[in-house]
Amino acid sequence: MSLKLVVVGASLGALEALRAILPAVPADFPAALIIVLHRDKEETGDLLPLLESRCVLPIGFPLDKEPILAGYVYIAPPNYHLLVEGDHFAFSLDAPEDYARPSIDALFESAAEAYGAMVTGIVLTGMRQDGARGLAAIHRHRGVVLVQSPEEAVATGMPLAALVAVPSAQVLTLKELGKLLAKMTP
Amino acid sequence: MAIKIEDIELEDIEVSLLVEAIYQRWGYDFRDYAPASLKRRIRRIVEIEKLSSISVLQEQVLRDSDCMQRFLDQLVVSVTSMFRDPGFYLAFRTIVVPLLRDRPSLRIWHAGCASGEEVYSMAILLQEEGLLERTLIYATDLDQAALDRAKEGIYRLDLMKVYTENYQAAGGSASFSEYYHAGHGHVVLRKDLSKNIVWAQHNLVTDASFNEFHLILCRNVLIYFNARLQERVHSLIYESLAEGGVLVLGRQESLQFTPHESNYRVLDRREKIFQRVN
Repeated sequence: MSLKLVVVGASLGALEALRAILPAVPADFPAALIIVLHRDKEETGDLLPLLESRCVLPIGFPLDKEPILAGYVYIAPPNYHLLVEGDHFAFSLDAPEDYARPSIDALFESAAEAYGAMVTGIVLTGMRQDGARGLAAIHRHRGVVLVQSPEEAVATGMPLAALVAVPSAQVLTLKELGKLLAKMTP
Repeated sequence: MAIKIEDIELEDIEVSLLVEAIYQRWGYDFRDYAPASLKRRIRRIVEIEKLSSISVLQEQVLRDSDCMQRFLDQLVVSVTSMFRDPGFYLAFRTIVVPLLRDRPSLRIWHAGCASGEEVYSMAILLQEEGLLERTLIYATDLDQAALDRAKEGIYRLDLMKVYTENYQAAGGSASFSEYYHAGHGHVVLRKDLSKNIVWAQHNLVTDASFNEFHLILCRNVLIYFNARLQERVHSLIYESLAEGGVLVLGRQESLQFTPHESNYRVLDRREKIFQRVN
Protein backbone atom coordinates (compact mmCIF):
# COMPACT_ATOMS: atom_id res chain seq x y z
CA MET A 1 0.00 0.00 0.00
CA SER A 2 1.54 3.28 -1.05
CA LEU A 3 -0.91 5.62 0.70
CA LYS A 4 0.08 7.11 4.03
CA LEU A 5 -2.36 6.72 6.90
CA VAL A 6 -2.47 8.75 10.09
CA VAL A 7 -4.60 6.98 12.69
CA VAL A 8 -5.64 8.81 15.83
CA GLY A 9 -7.30 7.56 19.02
CA ALA A 10 -8.83 9.77 21.68
CA SER A 11 -11.32 9.41 24.51
CA LEU A 12 -12.03 11.73 27.44
CA GLY A 13 -10.92 15.21 26.36
CA ALA A 14 -10.97 14.21 22.68
CA LEU A 15 -12.96 17.12 21.34
CA GLU A 16 -10.64 19.68 22.89
CA ALA A 17 -7.53 17.87 21.67
CA LEU A 18 -8.82 17.45 18.10
CA ARG A 19 -9.90 21.06 17.90
CA ALA A 20 -6.32 21.97 18.78
CA ILE A 21 -4.74 19.68 16.17
CA LEU A 22 -7.11 19.81 13.18
CA PRO A 23 -6.53 23.51 12.29
CA ALA A 24 -2.87 22.65 11.65
CA VAL A 25 -3.73 20.07 8.97
CA PRO A 26 -3.15 21.73 5.56
CA ALA A 27 -5.40 21.62 2.48
CA ASP A 28 -2.80 19.57 0.59
CA PHE A 29 -2.45 16.98 3.37
CA PRO A 30 -0.81 13.99 1.66
CA ALA A 31 -2.28 11.25 3.87
CA ALA A 32 -5.65 9.90 5.00
CA LEU A 33 -6.48 10.95 8.55
CA ILE A 34 -8.61 8.38 10.42
CA ILE A 35 -9.88 9.15 13.92
CA VAL A 36 -11.53 7.02 16.59
CA LEU A 37 -13.33 8.91 19.35
CA HIS A 38 -15.02 7.21 22.27
CA ARG A 39 -18.40 8.65 23.05
CA ASP A 40 -21.10 7.94 25.58
CA LYS A 41 -24.21 8.11 23.45
CA GLU A 42 -25.18 6.47 20.18
CA GLU A 43 -26.55 9.63 18.65
CA THR A 44 -23.54 11.87 18.27
CA GLY A 45 -23.60 12.81 14.62
CA ASP A 46 -23.86 16.37 15.84
CA LEU A 47 -20.19 16.19 16.79
CA LEU A 48 -19.13 16.42 13.16
CA PRO A 49 -19.96 20.11 12.65
CA LEU A 50 -17.85 20.96 15.70
CA LEU A 51 -14.82 19.39 14.01
CA GLU A 52 -15.74 20.46 10.50
CA SER A 53 -15.45 24.13 11.40
CA ARG A 54 -11.85 23.57 12.50
CA CYS A 55 -10.62 21.67 9.47
CA VAL A 56 -10.03 22.61 5.83
CA LEU A 57 -10.29 18.97 4.68
CA PRO A 58 -13.57 17.15 4.00
CA ILE A 59 -14.59 15.29 7.14
CA GLY A 60 -17.21 12.58 7.73
CA PHE A 61 -18.20 9.04 8.72
CA PRO A 62 -17.03 6.54 6.09
CA LEU A 63 -19.36 3.88 4.64
CA ASP A 64 -18.68 0.16 4.40
CA LYS A 65 -16.28 -0.56 1.48
CA GLU A 66 -15.62 3.14 0.92
CA PRO A 67 -12.18 3.68 -0.67
CA ILE A 68 -9.59 5.32 1.62
CA LEU A 69 -8.25 8.52 0.05
CA ALA A 70 -5.55 11.02 0.91
CA GLY A 71 -6.74 14.48 1.89
CA TYR A 72 -9.81 13.22 3.78
CA VAL A 73 -10.57 13.09 7.47
CA TYR A 74 -12.57 10.00 8.45
CA ILE A 75 -14.27 9.73 11.84
CA ALA A 76 -15.26 6.30 13.16
CA PRO A 77 -19.06 6.35 13.49
CA PRO A 78 -20.50 5.56 16.92
CA ASN A 79 -21.20 1.98 17.93
CA TYR A 80 -19.18 0.14 15.23
CA HIS A 81 -15.59 -0.97 15.09
CA LEU A 82 -13.92 0.72 12.13
CA LEU A 83 -11.32 -1.40 10.33
CA VAL A 84 -8.88 -0.79 7.50
CA GLU A 85 -9.16 -3.55 4.87
CA GLY A 86 -6.81 -3.14 1.92
CA ASP A 87 -7.76 0.03 0.04
CA HIS A 88 -11.13 0.47 1.75
CA PHE A 89 -12.92 0.64 5.10
CA ALA A 90 -14.70 -2.25 6.80
CA PHE A 91 -16.92 -2.41 9.89
CA SER A 92 -17.83 -4.87 12.58
CA LEU A 93 -20.35 -5.06 15.40
CA ASP A 94 -18.23 -7.40 17.47
CA ALA A 95 -18.23 -6.92 21.23
CA PRO A 96 -16.60 -3.77 22.63
CA GLU A 97 -12.86 -4.05 23.30
CA ASP A 98 -11.64 -2.45 26.55
CA TYR A 99 -15.27 -1.29 26.94
CA ALA A 100 -15.04 0.62 23.68
CA ARG A 101 -16.80 0.37 20.32
CA PRO A 102 -15.32 1.86 18.21
CA SER A 103 -12.05 0.43 19.50
CA ILE A 104 -8.81 2.29 18.88
CA ASP A 105 -6.89 -1.00 19.02
CA ALA A 106 -9.07 -2.50 16.27
CA LEU A 107 -8.44 0.43 13.93
CA PHE A 108 -4.71 0.63 14.70
CA GLU A 109 -4.07 -3.11 14.36
CA SER A 110 -5.95 -3.41 11.08
CA ALA A 111 -4.18 -0.31 9.71
CA ALA A 112 -0.77 -1.65 10.74
CA GLU A 113 -1.43 -5.00 9.08
CA ALA A 114 -2.60 -3.46 5.82
CA TYR A 115 -0.25 -0.48 5.51
CA GLY A 116 2.82 -1.42 7.62
CA ALA A 117 5.44 1.33 7.75
CA MET A 118 3.12 3.79 5.98
CA VAL A 119 1.10 4.21 9.19
CA THR A 120 1.53 6.92 11.81
CA GLY A 121 -0.33 6.17 15.04
CA ILE A 122 -1.22 8.86 17.57
CA VAL A 123 -2.66 8.15 21.04
CA LEU A 124 -4.25 11.20 22.63
CA THR A 125 -5.97 11.93 25.94
CA GLY A 126 -8.26 9.30 27.48
CA MET A 127 -8.97 7.05 30.43
CA ARG A 128 -8.28 3.30 30.52
CA GLN A 129 -5.90 1.86 27.94
CA ASP A 130 -7.46 1.51 24.52
CA GLY A 131 -4.87 2.26 21.84
CA ALA A 132 -1.87 0.80 23.66
CA ARG A 133 -2.07 -2.61 21.99
CA GLY A 134 -2.78 -0.97 18.64
CA LEU A 135 0.18 1.38 18.93
CA ALA A 136 2.40 -1.61 19.72
CA ALA A 137 1.16 -3.26 16.51
CA ILE A 138 2.01 -0.15 14.49
CA HIS A 139 5.45 -0.16 16.10
CA ARG A 140 6.00 -3.83 15.24
CA HIS A 141 5.11 -3.07 11.63
CA ARG A 142 7.69 -0.26 11.59
CA GLY A 143 5.20 2.58 11.56
CA VAL A 144 5.62 5.93 13.33
CA VAL A 145 4.38 5.96 16.95
CA LEU A 146 3.38 9.17 18.73
CA VAL A 147 1.77 9.84 22.12
CA GLN A 148 0.33 13.04 23.53
CA SER A 149 2.34 14.28 26.49
CA PRO A 150 0.60 12.90 29.62
CA GLU A 151 1.42 16.18 31.39
CA GLU A 152 -0.79 18.01 28.97
CA ALA A 153 -3.53 15.39 28.50
CA VAL A 154 -6.93 15.88 30.14
CA ALA A 155 -6.91 12.17 31.02
CA THR A 156 -3.57 10.38 31.34
CA GLY A 157 -4.66 6.73 31.25
CA MET A 158 -4.39 6.14 27.51
CA PRO A 159 -1.13 8.06 26.93
CA LEU A 160 0.56 6.33 29.90
CA ALA A 161 -0.65 2.88 28.83
CA ALA A 162 0.59 3.56 25.29
CA LEU A 163 4.01 4.50 26.66
CA VAL A 164 4.16 1.33 28.72
CA ALA A 165 3.34 -0.70 25.60
CA VAL A 166 5.74 1.27 23.39
CA PRO A 167 8.39 2.94 25.59
CA SER A 168 10.22 4.29 22.55
CA ALA A 169 7.17 6.23 21.28
CA GLN A 170 7.72 9.92 20.77
CA VAL A 171 6.00 12.13 23.36
CA LEU A 172 4.64 15.38 21.91
CA THR A 173 2.31 18.22 22.89
CA LEU A 174 -0.80 18.93 20.83
CA LYS A 175 0.99 21.92 19.32
CA GLU A 176 3.94 19.77 18.28
CA LEU A 177 1.61 17.09 16.88
CA GLY A 178 -0.08 19.77 14.77
CA LYS A 179 3.27 20.97 13.44
CA LEU A 180 4.27 17.43 12.58
CA LEU A 181 1.06 16.86 10.59
CA ALA A 182 1.50 20.21 8.82
CA LYS A 183 4.93 19.10 7.59
CA MET A 184 3.95 15.62 6.51
CA THR A 185 5.27 14.49 3.11
CA PRO A 186 3.65 12.00 0.70
CA MET B 1 11.08 -6.59 18.14
CA ALA B 2 10.11 -5.98 14.52
CA ILE B 3 7.66 -8.43 13.02
CA LYS B 4 8.69 -10.10 9.80
CA ILE B 5 6.35 -9.09 7.01
CA GLU B 6 6.01 -12.76 6.11
CA ASP B 7 4.18 -13.37 9.41
CA ILE B 8 1.17 -11.42 8.20
CA GLU B 9 1.22 -13.18 4.84
CA LEU B 10 1.52 -16.49 6.64
CA GLU B 11 -1.56 -15.68 8.70
CA ASP B 12 -3.52 -14.74 5.58
CA ILE B 13 -2.65 -18.15 4.13
CA GLU B 14 -3.77 -19.85 7.34
CA VAL B 15 -7.10 -18.00 7.32
CA SER B 16 -7.89 -18.93 3.73
CA LEU B 17 -6.90 -22.58 4.34
CA LEU B 18 -9.06 -22.68 7.47
CA VAL B 19 -12.21 -21.40 5.75
CA GLU B 20 -11.61 -23.72 2.81
CA ALA B 21 -11.20 -26.67 5.21
CA ILE B 22 -14.41 -25.75 7.05
CA TYR B 23 -16.28 -25.46 3.78
CA GLN B 24 -15.12 -28.88 2.59
CA ARG B 25 -15.62 -30.62 5.93
CA TRP B 26 -18.79 -28.95 7.27
CA GLY B 27 -20.35 -27.04 4.35
CA TYR B 28 -20.30 -23.64 6.08
CA ASP B 29 -19.03 -21.11 3.59
CA PHE B 30 -17.04 -18.21 5.04
CA ARG B 31 -14.81 -17.89 1.97
CA ASP B 32 -16.32 -14.59 0.88
CA TYR B 33 -16.48 -12.99 4.30
CA ALA B 34 -14.79 -9.59 4.68
CA PRO B 35 -11.20 -10.45 5.65
CA ALA B 36 -10.51 -7.78 8.28
CA SER B 37 -13.30 -8.71 10.69
CA LEU B 38 -13.04 -12.43 9.87
CA LYS B 39 -9.38 -12.43 10.85
CA ARG B 40 -10.05 -10.64 14.13
CA ARG B 41 -12.74 -13.14 15.04
CA ILE B 42 -10.60 -16.14 14.14
CA ARG B 43 -7.73 -14.75 16.19
CA ARG B 44 -10.03 -14.32 19.18
CA ILE B 45 -11.18 -17.94 18.81
CA VAL B 46 -7.55 -19.11 18.75
CA GLU B 47 -7.07 -17.18 22.02
CA ILE B 48 -10.23 -18.53 23.66
CA GLU B 49 -9.36 -22.10 22.65
CA LYS B 50 -5.83 -21.48 24.01
CA LEU B 51 -4.22 -22.68 20.79
CA SER B 52 -0.87 -21.68 19.35
CA SER B 53 -1.92 -20.86 15.79
CA ILE B 54 -4.71 -20.79 13.22
CA SER B 55 -3.25 -23.95 11.68
CA VAL B 56 -3.71 -25.79 14.97
CA LEU B 57 -7.30 -24.53 15.11
CA GLN B 58 -7.82 -25.94 11.62
CA GLU B 59 -6.75 -29.39 12.74
CA GLN B 60 -9.15 -29.20 15.70
CA VAL B 61 -12.24 -28.04 13.79
CA LEU B 62 -11.69 -30.69 11.13
CA ARG B 63 -11.75 -33.54 13.65
CA ASP B 64 -13.75 -32.28 16.64
CA SER B 65 -17.39 -31.37 16.06
CA ASP B 66 -17.66 -29.73 19.51
CA CYS B 67 -14.80 -27.44 18.61
CA MET B 68 -16.52 -26.67 15.31
CA GLN B 69 -19.72 -25.76 17.16
CA ARG B 70 -17.80 -23.43 19.49
CA PHE B 71 -16.11 -21.93 16.44
CA LEU B 72 -19.50 -21.28 14.83
CA ASP B 73 -20.94 -19.78 18.02
CA GLN B 74 -18.04 -17.35 18.21
CA LEU B 75 -17.76 -16.59 14.53
CA VAL B 76 -21.37 -15.73 13.82
CA VAL B 77 -21.93 -13.94 17.11
CA SER B 78 -23.68 -10.64 16.60
CA VAL B 79 -24.05 -7.99 19.25
CA THR B 80 -27.23 -5.96 18.91
CA SER B 81 -29.91 -4.35 21.05
CA MET B 82 -33.59 -3.46 21.04
CA PHE B 83 -34.31 -0.27 19.10
CA ARG B 84 -30.66 -0.03 18.10
CA ASP B 85 -30.23 3.33 16.30
CA PRO B 86 -33.46 4.90 17.63
CA GLY B 87 -33.28 7.47 14.84
CA PHE B 88 -33.97 4.70 12.34
CA TYR B 89 -37.24 3.71 14.03
CA LEU B 90 -38.26 7.34 14.22
CA ALA B 91 -37.64 7.77 10.48
CA PHE B 92 -39.41 4.47 9.80
CA ARG B 93 -42.55 5.71 11.56
CA THR B 94 -42.72 8.90 9.52
CA ILE B 95 -41.45 7.71 6.13
CA VAL B 96 -42.21 4.00 5.72
CA VAL B 97 -45.36 3.43 7.80
CA PRO B 98 -47.49 5.66 5.51
CA LEU B 99 -46.32 3.58 2.52
CA LEU B 100 -47.39 0.34 4.22
CA ARG B 101 -50.65 1.54 5.71
CA ASP B 102 -52.79 1.01 2.59
CA ARG B 103 -51.74 -2.58 1.99
CA PRO B 104 -54.28 -5.22 3.05
CA SER B 105 -51.47 -7.58 4.07
CA LEU B 106 -47.77 -7.17 4.66
CA ARG B 107 -44.86 -9.53 4.28
CA ILE B 108 -41.58 -8.53 5.94
CA TRP B 109 -38.22 -10.28 5.74
CA HIS B 110 -35.75 -9.59 8.49
CA ALA B 111 -32.54 -11.10 7.08
CA GLY B 112 -29.84 -11.82 9.64
CA CYS B 113 -32.04 -11.39 12.71
CA ALA B 114 -29.47 -12.83 15.19
CA SER B 115 -31.02 -13.18 18.66
CA GLY B 116 -34.14 -11.26 17.67
CA GLU B 117 -33.88 -7.93 19.50
CA GLU B 118 -34.45 -5.85 16.38
CA VAL B 119 -37.29 -8.10 15.15
CA TYR B 120 -39.22 -7.60 18.39
CA SER B 121 -38.49 -3.86 18.17
CA MET B 122 -40.12 -3.79 14.74
CA ALA B 123 -43.06 -5.89 16.00
CA ILE B 124 -43.63 -3.39 18.81
CA LEU B 125 -43.50 -0.47 16.40
CA LEU B 126 -45.93 -2.17 13.99
CA GLN B 127 -48.32 -2.94 16.81
CA GLU B 128 -48.30 0.67 17.95
CA GLU B 129 -48.97 1.75 14.36
CA GLY B 130 -51.85 -0.75 14.08
CA LEU B 131 -50.13 -2.85 11.41
CA LEU B 132 -48.95 -5.97 13.24
CA GLU B 133 -52.24 -7.89 12.89
CA ARG B 134 -52.01 -7.97 9.10
CA THR B 135 -48.26 -8.54 8.98
CA LEU B 136 -46.17 -11.67 8.64
CA ILE B 137 -42.51 -11.25 9.60
CA TYR B 138 -40.04 -13.84 8.34
CA ALA B 139 -37.03 -13.55 10.63
CA THR B 140 -34.09 -15.56 9.35
CA ASP B 141 -30.53 -16.22 10.38
CA LEU B 142 -27.73 -18.62 9.55
CA ASP B 143 -27.27 -19.47 13.22
CA GLN B 144 -29.81 -21.93 14.65
CA ALA B 145 -28.67 -21.30 18.24
CA ALA B 146 -29.35 -17.58 17.84
CA LEU B 147 -32.78 -18.35 16.36
CA ASP B 148 -33.61 -20.56 19.33
CA ARG B 149 -32.77 -17.69 21.68
CA ALA B 150 -34.76 -15.28 19.53
CA LYS B 151 -37.82 -17.54 19.65
CA GLU B 152 -37.75 -17.55 23.45
CA GLY B 153 -37.73 -13.77 23.60
CA ILE B 154 -35.82 -13.74 26.89
CA TYR B 155 -33.34 -10.93 27.45
CA ARG B 156 -31.17 -9.63 30.28
CA LEU B 157 -32.96 -7.46 32.82
CA ASP B 158 -30.00 -5.11 33.25
CA LEU B 159 -30.26 -4.09 29.59
CA MET B 160 -33.83 -2.84 29.96
CA LYS B 161 -32.78 0.62 31.14
CA VAL B 162 -30.90 1.22 27.86
CA TYR B 163 -33.64 -0.44 25.80
CA THR B 164 -36.25 1.76 27.45
CA GLU B 165 -34.23 4.87 26.59
CA ASN B 166 -33.84 3.61 23.02
CA TYR B 167 -37.57 2.87 22.81
CA GLN B 168 -38.46 6.38 23.92
CA ALA B 169 -35.94 7.96 21.55
CA ALA B 170 -37.45 5.78 18.80
CA GLY B 171 -40.81 7.51 19.20
CA GLY B 172 -42.41 4.93 21.51
CA SER B 173 -45.29 6.42 23.45
CA ALA B 174 -46.31 3.56 25.76
CA SER B 175 -44.48 2.45 28.87
CA PHE B 176 -41.81 0.02 27.61
CA SER B 177 -42.33 -2.27 30.60
CA GLU B 178 -45.78 -3.12 29.21
CA TYR B 179 -44.03 -5.26 26.61
CA TYR B 180 -42.31 -7.68 28.99
CA HIS B 181 -42.62 -9.58 32.25
CA ALA B 182 -39.64 -9.22 34.55
CA GLY B 183 -38.13 -12.32 36.16
CA HIS B 184 -34.93 -12.97 38.11
CA GLY B 185 -32.22 -11.20 36.15
CA HIS B 186 -34.12 -11.49 32.89
CA VAL B 187 -37.29 -10.41 31.14
CA VAL B 188 -39.70 -12.38 28.94
CA LEU B 189 -41.22 -10.46 26.06
CA ARG B 190 -44.99 -10.64 25.67
CA LYS B 191 -46.02 -13.65 23.59
CA ASP B 192 -48.50 -11.77 21.41
CA LEU B 193 -45.57 -9.84 19.89
CA SER B 194 -44.27 -13.00 18.25
CA LYS B 195 -47.47 -14.60 17.02
CA ASN B 196 -46.94 -13.21 13.51
CA ILE B 197 -43.22 -13.94 13.41
CA VAL B 198 -41.86 -16.99 11.56
CA TRP B 199 -38.32 -17.85 12.72
CA ALA B 200 -36.36 -19.82 10.13
CA GLN B 201 -32.82 -20.76 9.25
CA HIS B 202 -31.68 -19.17 6.00
CA ASN B 203 -28.17 -18.75 4.71
CA LEU B 204 -27.64 -15.63 2.61
CA VAL B 205 -24.44 -17.11 1.21
CA THR B 206 -25.98 -20.24 -0.29
CA ASP B 207 -29.81 -20.15 -0.12
CA ALA B 208 -32.20 -18.71 -2.71
CA SER B 209 -35.06 -16.24 -2.59
CA PHE B 210 -38.12 -17.80 -0.88
CA ASN B 211 -40.94 -15.25 -1.17
CA GLU B 212 -41.80 -11.72 -2.28
CA PHE B 213 -41.76 -9.04 0.39
CA HIS B 214 -42.99 -5.49 0.88
CA LEU B 215 -40.18 -4.70 3.30
CA ILE B 216 -36.74 -6.23 3.72
CA LEU B 217 -34.53 -5.36 6.67
CA CYS B 218 -30.90 -6.38 6.33
CA ARG B 219 -29.06 -4.21 8.80
CA ASN B 220 -25.40 -4.71 9.63
CA VAL B 221 -25.22 -8.11 8.00
CA LEU B 222 -23.53 -7.18 4.73
CA ILE B 223 -20.62 -5.49 6.54
CA TYR B 224 -19.29 -8.99 7.22
CA PHE B 225 -19.21 -9.90 3.51
CA ASN B 226 -16.72 -9.02 0.80
CA ALA B 227 -17.78 -7.11 -2.33
CA ARG B 228 -18.50 -10.25 -4.36
CA LEU B 229 -20.78 -11.76 -1.73
CA GLN B 230 -22.47 -8.41 -1.13
CA GLU B 231 -23.35 -8.37 -4.82
CA ARG B 232 -24.89 -11.83 -4.59
CA VAL B 233 -26.97 -10.87 -1.56
CA HIS B 234 -28.08 -7.61 -3.16
CA SER B 235 -29.35 -9.60 -6.14
CA LEU B 236 -31.18 -11.94 -3.77
CA ILE B 237 -32.73 -8.97 -1.97
CA TYR B 238 -33.70 -7.32 -5.23
CA GLU B 239 -35.41 -10.51 -6.47
CA SER B 240 -37.25 -10.85 -3.18
CA LEU B 241 -38.56 -7.30 -3.02
CA ALA B 242 -41.88 -6.28 -4.60
CA GLU B 243 -41.80 -3.24 -6.86
CA GLY B 244 -42.30 -0.24 -4.62
CA GLY B 245 -41.05 -2.33 -1.68
CA VAL B 246 -38.71 -0.90 0.92
CA LEU B 247 -35.16 -1.98 1.78
CA VAL B 248 -33.41 -1.00 4.98
CA LEU B 249 -29.65 -1.38 5.44
CA GLY B 250 -27.41 -0.54 8.41
CA ARG B 251 -26.26 3.02 9.03
CA GLN B 252 -22.80 2.55 7.50
CA GLU B 253 -24.01 0.39 4.61
CA SER B 254 -24.99 1.72 1.21
CA LEU B 255 -25.98 0.71 -2.30
CA GLN B 256 -23.33 3.09 -3.58
CA PHE B 257 -20.66 0.50 -4.23
CA THR B 258 -23.05 -2.14 -5.66
CA PRO B 259 -24.57 -2.75 -9.14
CA HIS B 260 -28.14 -2.35 -7.85
CA GLU B 261 -27.91 1.33 -6.97
CA SER B 262 -30.08 2.42 -9.92
CA ASN B 263 -32.91 0.05 -8.93
CA TYR B 264 -33.70 2.07 -5.84
CA ARG B 265 -34.48 5.58 -4.76
CA VAL B 266 -33.32 6.96 -1.45
CA LEU B 267 -36.09 7.55 1.10
CA ASP B 268 -33.74 8.47 3.96
CA ARG B 269 -30.03 8.92 3.35
CA ARG B 270 -28.90 8.88 6.97
CA GLU B 271 -30.96 5.86 8.04
CA LYS B 272 -30.32 3.99 4.77
CA ILE B 273 -33.96 3.47 3.79
CA PHE B 274 -34.47 2.73 0.07
CA GLN B 275 -37.45 2.01 -2.20
CA ARG B 276 -37.31 -0.32 -5.17
CA VAL B 277 -38.37 1.64 -8.24
CA ASN B 278 -37.81 -0.81 -11.11
